[in-house]
Amino acid sequence: MIHQDSKVLLEVRGLCATVNGTEILKGLDLTVRSGEIHAIMGPNGSGKSTFSKILAGHSAYEVTGGTVMFQGQNLLDLAPEERARAGVFLAFQYPIEIPGVINSQFLRLTYNTVQTHRGKEELDPLEFDDYVREKMKLLEMSPDFLERSVNEGFSGGEKKRNEILQMAMLDPRLAILDETDSGLDIDALRIVANGVNQLANKDNAIVLVTHYQRLLNYIVPDFVHVMEAGRIIKTGGKELAFELETRGYDWVGVEHKAATRATA
Amino acid sequence: MSATLQNLVNQPYKHGFVTSIESDVAPKGLNADTIRMISAKKKEPEWLLEFRLKSYEAWLKMEEPAWPNVHYPKIDFQAISYYAAPKQKPKLKSMDEVDPELLRTFEKLGVPLHERMALAGVAVDVIFDSVSVATTYKDKLAEVGIIFCSMSEAVLDHPELVKKYIGTVIPSGDNFYAALNSAVFTDGSFCYIPKGVKCPMDLSTYFRINTEESGQFERTLIVAEEGASVSYLEGCTAPAFSSNQLHAAVVELVALDNADIKYSTVQNWYAGDENGVGGIYNFVTKRGLAKGVNSRISWTQVETGSAITWKYPSCVLLGDNSVGEFYSVAVTNHYQQADTGTKMIHIGKNTRSTIVSKGISAGHSNNSYRGLVKIAPSATGARNYSQCDSMLVGQNSGAHTFPYIQVANNSSQIEHEASTSKIGEDQLFYFAQRGIDAEAAVSMIINGFCKDVFQQLPMEFAVEATALLSFKLEGSVG
Ligand SMILES: Nc1ncnc2c1ncn2[C@@H]1O[C@H](COP(=O)(O)OP(=O)(O)OP(=O)(O)O)[C@@H](O)[C@H]1O
Ligand SMILES: [Mg+2]
Repeated sequence: MIHQDSKVLLEVRGLCATVNGTEILKGLDLTVRSGEIHAIMGPNGSGKSTFSKILAGHSAYEVTGGTVMFQGQNLLDLAPEERARAGVFLAFQYPIEIPGVINSQFLRLTYNTVQTHRGKEELDPLEFDDYVREKMKLLEMSPDFLERSVNEGFSGGEKKRNEILQMAMLDPRLAILDETDSGLDIDALRIVANGVNQLANKDNAIVLVTHYQRLLNYIVPDFVHVMEAGRIIKTGGKELAFELETRGYDWVGVEHKAATRATA
Repeated sequence: MSATLQNLVNQPYKHGFVTSIESDVAPKGLNADTIRMISAKKKEPEWLLEFRLKSYEAWLKMEEPAWPNVHYPKIDFQAISYYAAPKQKPKLKSMDEVDPELLRTFEKLGVPLHERMALAGVAVDVIFDSVSVATTYKDKLAEVGIIFCSMSEAVLDHPELVKKYIGTVIPSGDNFYAALNSAVFTDGSFCYIPKGVKCPMDLSTYFRINTEESGQFERTLIVAEEGASVSYLEGCTAPAFSSNQLHAAVVELVALDNADIKYSTVQNWYAGDENGVGGIYNFVTKRGLAKGVNSRISWTQVETGSAITWKYPSCVLLGDNSVGEFYSVAVTNHYQQADTGTKMIHIGKNTRSTIVSKGISAGHSNNSYRGLVKIAPSATGARNYSQCDSMLVGQNSGAHTFPYIQVANNSSQIEHEASTSKIGEDQLFYFAQRGIDAEAAVSMIINGFCKDVFQQLPMEFAVEATALLSFKLEGSVG
């Protein structure tokens, strides 16, 4: 929801980044205010996941230019775990499996770490169990997942739900959901979207990376951005997603080239 | 034997036997006279001297093993002094006198305060007002007839028991280091659990040797009579320093009918610095004989220290229906080298063995699992299950697995599973994205990896071992 007087949460200016010497982000601009929901769409390989991981601080990517401010702080100065504790959450496109580490123990450690950072009480295993089961109900997840290794052998959709469960637990300021809808069946999509909607409030913001307009029927974005070749080349309202669905991406690029040529 | 060693051994004996018996430290070098001196110093019976000399003869004919996957400069066995009177650690009056670095380590490991004091060498009477824990402990054991004392005391007070069992599990000529130990061992533990007695508490070496520097050639013998059971703990998580570089211990276990011996080790010898300078060579022979029917020998080890570890706690399953177990975590970091594993020798009918080995290599270290499962023709219906998992931390470490399987009958069943995994950057990033730093992440992954072994450890030991592993791997990632 757009509020007139809401604060800028995230401000990205001219962000450039490389991986193994190849430039992937080439001057990306994005402003996100609290209370807003943004969708980023764009062709495969345009740099959406790269952008998400850079916000979260993945060390494989080198930022070569531009700035990222988060709640008035230079985000790029923070280590990945500090960003997470400060409220940046990334739901991964491909959540990694961690064999041997029990999900409930992992969840409790992350919850308590973040809580401690916020000056709040930790939960002991019993209290945490009650807490997490409550959150799992919201996502219609079976408590069986607590006893399994983190993401190990989870189906694609189950992994995505486990991500949103963590988002629900950690109550982030800025949540970036990288293709959380891919791999979800129709029921799961509705359940996960419901979960996300319940978490959205006027103090936080959500950035959805998606290929499908379908998700945006459930989670209605305030802004839709089109990303191509490492930049955001067009921004519109939720109707832009419908247009992309019917027309594809090519026309956006053509329009963008024409516009940049005109200004040159 | 190398030519140099041969020369040295054959050199005429320069140092007088008479003068050396007066001194507290034997002159460097090894020959039959050195051994006579050790035996005399310890006032040993004739049969033990004979045992030593026979071992020495065997040792002279043996070669230092070259097959382990470890590398180190040649050891000069004539440059070692083989006897020193038991040294008291210098006693400190209070905790204030203890090296702060040592205290920091204890803090990290969560070692209880009274143990910290004892380990740091603070006098026991400073720690406990009147009654020493060790004494209380001994009294309790004596009530049920358990003998738990140093090997030297046992030789003098219970010679018939020592004579009956010593060298019966590990014959003096078993291998190069066992032969050397048999020739020159100075002390160790002796433990005897009489028929039908279940030892009421875990027996810990900590209560026995905390005031002495532990010996270079330790010798331990544990005997559980019919229906007896005991859980024995060796070592502790606190770092152990030694003025000797080479340590070659021998541990023998004997379990009679329906007896049960559980032997747990946490080994944290000084491992050398991060450049691989210094550190203990730990060449150990440990073997349990499940002699009686339905007997059980169970080894659990957490190996974290030493520059070089060479160790294969084994089980000889002689009694029908006897059980052998080996649960191991071996961690190497920096330039440490470990070649460790087990041997399960099935002889009795329906004998069963389980091997669970977890190797973790970080830094530039090398970690090898070496295991033998041997099933004799007589061992009909024998079963073995082996699981060997390796985990690599970082780019420069190595993990190796050498399983050997020999089966001589077709009614037995063998299962072997192995895996190698890596703590990947993406796993650590996942943890970081959830607010968890690399150190906590590694510790959680490692504990998950070692769970099956830690479960076998006595509770407090498990907690300390968990902390120890995180400590050992500190700074190895990120
Ligand atoms: N570690 C890497 N090494 C080499 N190239 C990389 C690496 N990571 C990303 N890239 C490249 O960067 C480009 C952007 O990838 P990214 O994953 O950000 O795309 P995306 O927009 O998320 O695509 P999709 O819609 O398929 O998820 C791709 O061409 C990809 O191959
Ligand atoms: Mg992507």
